[in-house]
Amino acid sequence: MSLTLTAMADNTVTSGQQQRSGSEQLPRPFRGPYISVITNRTTNLVIRSAMLFSVGVFLALVLNLLQVQRNVTLFPPDVISSIFSSAWWVPPCCGTASAVIGLLYPCIDSRLGEPHKFKREWSSVMRCVAVFVGINHASAKVDFANNVQLSLTLAALSIGLWWTFDRSRSGFGLGVGIALLATLATQLLVYNGVFQYTSPDFLYIRSWLPCIFFAGVITMGNIGRQLALYEYKVVQEKTHQD
Amino acid sequence: MLSNWEFLAVVKRSLDALRRPVLGRTAPPHGRQLTLPDRMTLHERLREKISAAFYHHGLLCASYPVPIILFTSASILTCCYPLLRLPLPGTGPVEFTTGVRDYTVPSHETNGDLGERPDWYRGPPVAYIQQVLVKAAVSPWDNSLVPVDVFRSPLGHVFSLLEEIRNHVHSDSGGVRSLEALCLQVTDLLPGLRRMQPVLPEHGCLLVSPGNYWQNQRELFDSDPDLLKTVQKHEPKGLHTSATLRDLLFGVPGKHTGVSHYNRKKVVTYTITIVLGSYDARFLGSLRARLKQLHPSINCSLREDHMVHIHFKEEIGIAELVPLVTTYIILFAYIYFSTRKIDMVKSKWGLALAAVVTVLSSLLMSVGLCTLFGLTPTLNGGEIFPYLVVVIGLENVLVLTKSVVSTPVDLEVKLRIAQGLSNESWSIMKNMATELCIILIGYFTLVPAIQEFCLFAVVGLVSDFFLQMFFFTTVLSIDIRRMELADLNRRLPAEAGLPPSKPGPLRSREVPPPPRPSPHTITLQTPAFRNLRLPKRLRVIYFLARTRLAQRIIMVGTVIWIGILVYTDPAGLRTYLAAQVTEQSPLGDSGGGGLPPHLGVAPVMPGGDPASTLSVLPAPEPTPLPENQSQGHHGSARVGPQHQAPPAVPQITWGSEDEEGWRRLSFRHWPSLFSYYNITLAKRYISILPIIPVTLQLTPQEALETRHPQDTRHPPPPPFPKVSTDLQTDLTLYKVAALGLAAGVLLVLLLFCLYRVLCPRNYGQNGVSHGRRRRGELPCDDYGYSPPVSEISPLQLRGHNMDIECLASDGMLLASCCLAGQIRVWDAQTGDCLTVIPKQGLRRNSSNGCWEQRDGWEAVSGATEPESLGCEGHNPCARGNSLSEDEGFPLRRRTAPARPALFTDQPDLTPLIDTNFTSQPPSHLSIPPRGGFDFGGLVERAYMEHEPPSPSTCLPPCSSSPAPSSPPQSGPYLQMRRSLGDSPAPQAQERASAAGAHVMADWDSSVWAMELRGNLIAAGRSSGKLELWDAVEGSLCCCNEDGISGITALAFLNNRIVAARLNGSLDFFTVEVNKPLGLLQYRGPPGHGSMPPSPCYSSEDVISCQLTRSVQCAHQKPITVLRAAAGRVVTGSQDHTVRVYRLEDSCCLYTLQGHAGGITAIYIDQTMVLASGGQDGAICLWDVLTGSRVSHVYGHRGDVTSLVCTNCCIISSGLDDLICIWDRSTGIKLYSIQQDVGCGASLGVISESLLVTGGQGCVSFWDLNFGDLLQTVYLGQSSDGQGVRQLLVLDNAAIVCDFGSELSLVYVPSVLEKLD
Repeated sequence: MSLTLTAMADNTVTSGQQQRSGSEQLPRPFRGPYISVITNRTTNLVIRSAMLFSVGVFLALVLNLLQVQRNVTLFPPDVISSIFSSAWWVPPCCGTASAVIGLLYPCIDSRLGEPHKFKREWSSVMRCVAVFVGINHASAKVDFANNVQLSLTLAALSIGLWWTFDRSRSGFGLGVGIALLATLATQLLVYNGVFQYTSPDFLYIRSWLPCIFFAGVITMGNIGRQLALYEYKVVQEKTHQD
Repeated sequence: MLSNWEFLAVVKRSLDALRRPVLGRTAPPHGRQLTLPDRMTLHERLREKISAAFYHHGLLCASYPVPIILFTSASILTCCYPLLRLPLPGTGPVEFTTGVRDYTVPSHETNGDLGERPDWYRGPPVAYIQQVLVKAAVSPWDNSLVPVDVFRSPLGHVFSLLEEIRNHVHSDSGGVRSLEALCLQVTDLLPGLRRMQPVLPEHGCLLVSPGNYWQNQRELFDSDPDLLKTVQKHEPKGLHTSATLRDLLFGVPGKHTGVSHYNRKKVVTYTITIVLGSYDARFLGSLRARLKQLHPSINCSLREDHMVHIHFKEEIGIAELVPLVTTYIILFAYIYFSTRKIDMVKSKWGLALAAVVTVLSSLLMSVGLCTLFGLTPTLNGGEIFPYLVVVIGLENVLVLTKSVVSTPVDLEVKLRIAQGLSNESWSIMKNMATELCIILIGYFTLVPAIQEFCLFAVVGLVSDFFLQMFFFTTVLSIDIRRMELADLNRRLPAEAGLPPSKPGPLRSREVPPPPRPSPHTITLQTPAFRNLRLPKRLRVIYFLARTRLAQRIIMVGTVIWIGILVYTDPAGLRTYLAAQVTEQSPLGDSGGGGLPPHLGVAPVMPGGDPASTLSVLPAPEPTPLPENQSQGHHGSARVGPQHQAPPAVPQITWGSEDEEGWRRLSFRHWPSLFSYYNITLAKRYISILPIIPVTLQLTPQEALETRHPQDTRHPPPPPFPKVSTDLQTDLTLYKVAALGLAAGVLLVLLLFCLYRVLCPRNYGQNGVSHGRRRRGELPCDDYGYSPPVSEISPLQLRGHNMDIECLASDGMLLASCCLAGQIRVWDAQTGDCLTVIPKQGLRRNSSNGCWEQRDGWEAVSGATEPESLGCEGHNPCARGNSLSEDEGFPLRRRTAPARPALFTDQPDLTPLIDTNFTSQPPSHLSIPPRGGFDFGGLVERAYMEHEPPSPSTCLPPCSSSPAPSSPPQSGPYLQMRRSLGDSPAPQAQERASAAGAHVMADWDSSVWAMELRGNLIAAGRSSGKLELWDAVEGSLCCCNEDGISGITALAFLNNRIVAARLNGSLDFFTVEVNKPLGLLQYRGPPGHGSMPPSPCYSSEDVISCQLTRSVQCAHQKPITVLRAAAGRVVTGSQDHTVRVYRLEDSCCLYTLQGHAGGITAIYIDQTMVLASGGQDGAICLWDVLTGSRVSHVYGHRGDVTSLVCTNCCIISSGLDDLICIWDRSTGIKLYSIQQDVGCGASLGVISESLLVTGGQGCVSFWDLNFGDLLQTVYLGQSSDGQGVRQLLVLDNAAIVCDFGSELSLVYVPSVLEKLD
């Protein structure tokens, strides 16, 4: 704890130093433009949020496609349009949400003072994303006997995802909170008729939605943390150089 | 394989390593005794057991890599064997045939007794397909007909047939049924198919026929001026693989329809396809009977009792492809990021490949095992595969690699593997258990798909664990083994880049430098525990790795797999080829009858088919349908003679290929037809009923009637010569073959290019290209390191009769002394033997004296030993001891005692005896002998003449040695006087004698130490005598007999000689040169820089050797080592101490204590580096200036036999035949080299970075910085048994080593070039 606190302090101090030193002696030969961009706080934030946004949009598109029922014809003429079959605003919304989540997670970590140390590797993140897609796949493709079973299975899978890749209390709390919020938002949308599901099974919405949301939050948080870690690393290296 | 010693050491080392705090994570198995068993909880005990089990397993894997890998591969293959029964991945339809008679719609429920029914055969099909296959021809063909007539009237008949079918009504007790009620009702076409709206039925029965082109209206058909254009109008442009509209409507492949201007067979084939929604056997039966009755097909013997159910697999649309591709991308990213973490191994790619192979084959094994136990996978393999991989994961593999890599690198490979395994055993087991638990939970969700997934995952996990433990661990061990040297290569140059700790002689005053803070820690050090002779199994692995066999096999396998896929795919090559062949084959139309069509024209009926003859031939007369009678063989028999041109009579034949004509269609035919109406066939099936054959035989009149006015515009087809059919057939076949060949070549080229691009040539190894060249010749070169191209051939210096004992050199000359006491001086440059001491050239002349002397001896001793008659030569030898004691003529003690039995077959040497003794002065006995001589040459000659050399070839030196040993007392000296006349030698002798020294060669005692400086050979004998010989002349310069105790070591520096004696005393001698000419030449360059220029003593000089000081009790025990350099004399003794003396005043400077055993090796050089090694295996580095110990390392089991220092490292060898290279500043062992047994002591440093070691019959050159074997030079043909025991490095980068009784002079010019 104290270690990380000092690291954080280091971080802030060095960023201040860096700004000062950057103004004083601009041409540092060993620091390329890339490093300086990365270490610049706001630029870094923008880059990270852009990456998270694109990831979110991509995942939204793909998972939406996954939800398209399979008994479509072989080569329907409107395949491409089916990718965008849902409302146009859904992917951007997902992207924005994922950007927010991905930035929120490391932020809360640093606020709480307990940086996430568990499985901080890209391979682990990739695994997490794969499992998330798999959960979506299962929810779309596997024929469950009833909706309760489906919801329970998905809930177990989501919890398993959290336990496997996150294991932090803050992550769990944030995930549950955001999932509930998102479900509520969806509920409101559906209630107002903006959005509709083909076969709502529980209060106008699909009952597995919270689980999917939770898993998605965990996944995006994982990615966000990894990206933040990268920034942290670069800052650390920079302090070593200084 | 391990000897006891090695094993003990290994255990000790592993214990040491295990005690390191770094590894304290888990309790090592060897540390079990440290913890009390009763206090351990179950958890700890379990943990320890697991750890120990993993440890042993790691040892096993690393010890026997090849058998384990073979075993693993075998088990993988065994487990994957059931996969052969699974269909290859693809989307081709599968078929199931049932009988028509007892057909009932299969129920939805799965019955227990499915039999051979496939599991998709449940419930009603999507549709029943009833095809009416129409074959029509205008017959007989009239020459007045135009090409369009071939198909216009046959096609025109489709409308009447359609009418017939549509209006067919079957009425029986069950009611009235019509087609309208039974057929599959379709609604709108898909919105995107507006273009096809006019030709495809909508809102009604799905009934397609060529009539659809004309909206099923005869009027439109009749008024169509160009039928083909209408047909072509709807064809899609460009390439298309799926069914075209033409195929759909005609129901037969376009080429088979015969609707073209160039239809040579003049038979038109098309189908009317009726798609039925429900099956009514009676209606269909009545329709069939009706059509057959209207248009009978006489010679048609098609089977009509089978219906075929076709199941279509899932089609992957783009909508499903996108998520799939996404998952695969994520999977690859996962694998990429995972394998990127593999570090500190020799070949990252190899290990990554091994990891992926582990996961993939575990999945395959899982599927195979599940199939073996009866579970057929129902899930789409491609879909769940990425998830399975992710669930199983590469984590364990990475953890294993990391753990093994982080073990102390100086351990042996198998211990590293074992330790790495046992370190991670607990976490691996824990993870495994967790995953199994999660999967079990998943299993109890009771969702079939998830259950199946979980089942696969469980089996996959277990097999993955198995593969990790056996396959990957073994691969890792091999990799680690390979890594060690390569790692050194990578890392040491970086350190070499640091400022050298010792810039040569400039800093000679401050040696050794204070241990600087080293930039590397122990873990970063990369020693190479290296076995020179690797076991064969590793060589196999290296061979595999070097030739990239695995990659190649995988590549070939992929190509084969792709080939199989392409071939067996329903839309693939096989179908295409089959279609090509059947279409072009002349047998194609005769079908089951096996009759070529032109045979049908022949007037003679084939006799092999009496039934058809009977049924067809009599048919025409009684049948009331005259049109139909003109068909078939009978008609042709009748018409044939009238028209010479065979194609004039169109043949309508029915073959077995017509039975299931739909097979020739694309397998997408039916799915695409249904997909137009938004009906998917994916994972469903259709039933195809047996076709109804309809034969239409039209008269030319009909054709003329239906002809459109514009039809005649088309030119008649060019007459085809008959030959062209065959030619065309051949050409097509050739075309196909050529195409296939070209495609194959292209594929190979493409793969080759890919291979070249993706696999760099020097992948993972150094210098394959010429490393492969002579791998066989270099047994030491197991790592594929390539020797320099130029071959080094050793120069053999022969001449010694017995094993060489002492070697000395001053750079230009080389002196060697064999066990027989013979000293030979060689030119170190050319290898010529310059001198032999005792001198060969004097033998003949001196024989008089010799034998005279012998005679005298005989006279003296004849009475005492009369039995030794066989060879006179050895008699004195036998009595030598007593005589020498008595008479003061020392004789050789080393000569073998007389063995009369052995000498009975010796040649008669009596002719050699010169009995002319007159020239001998009578007083010879009183004059001490000087300069030995040898009867060896004479005696040898006699031996050669006598017989082929007897098995006891060691005898000549033995039997001849007495000869020189007995006479030299007077003979040589006399001879010397006589031959040299007024040469300085007598003067020297006189001076020497005047000085009171007895200059007398001592042939009795053996030479224990020898040194060579300038022209002087200093030889220390076991009798305590110090002799100085002139190396060029071979004459004894002076002799000092002050000491009694044997000289164990000699040092000759400048003009001083230091002799260490057996009793521990140290004598300092001064060599004084009295130069009559006043010349003091300096000869030769200062060589290596470490040696002072040696004064050249010419033979004219008068040399005397005087004892200047004798330190009586230099050591308590015998002095074992004596080294002198830089004005210091360093002695090491059995009393565990090292003493440093100043050479000038023989003052003892320091007594260095620190060894726990006798000193066995000392190194000191010009830069005053002093290192000592003892019997305790310790090596000490001393500061000569202060007498303090700089470092103290233990490196050897048993004595340290040899020590050499370079600027940056110390090289030591021990009795354990291990050569260790230590970092001089830090005292850390860099790596070690295992030597051949008995060759441990032989090593030398040629330059800063070139080490030479002796082996069994060879010498090896090593790059000191990297530990690479540069080259191995074989000294002789027979390399077995003879080890190189001594090795001397000369100034001119040549090395001299003894090789039995021979000397080998090896120049290393190539190495020098490389170093420059």
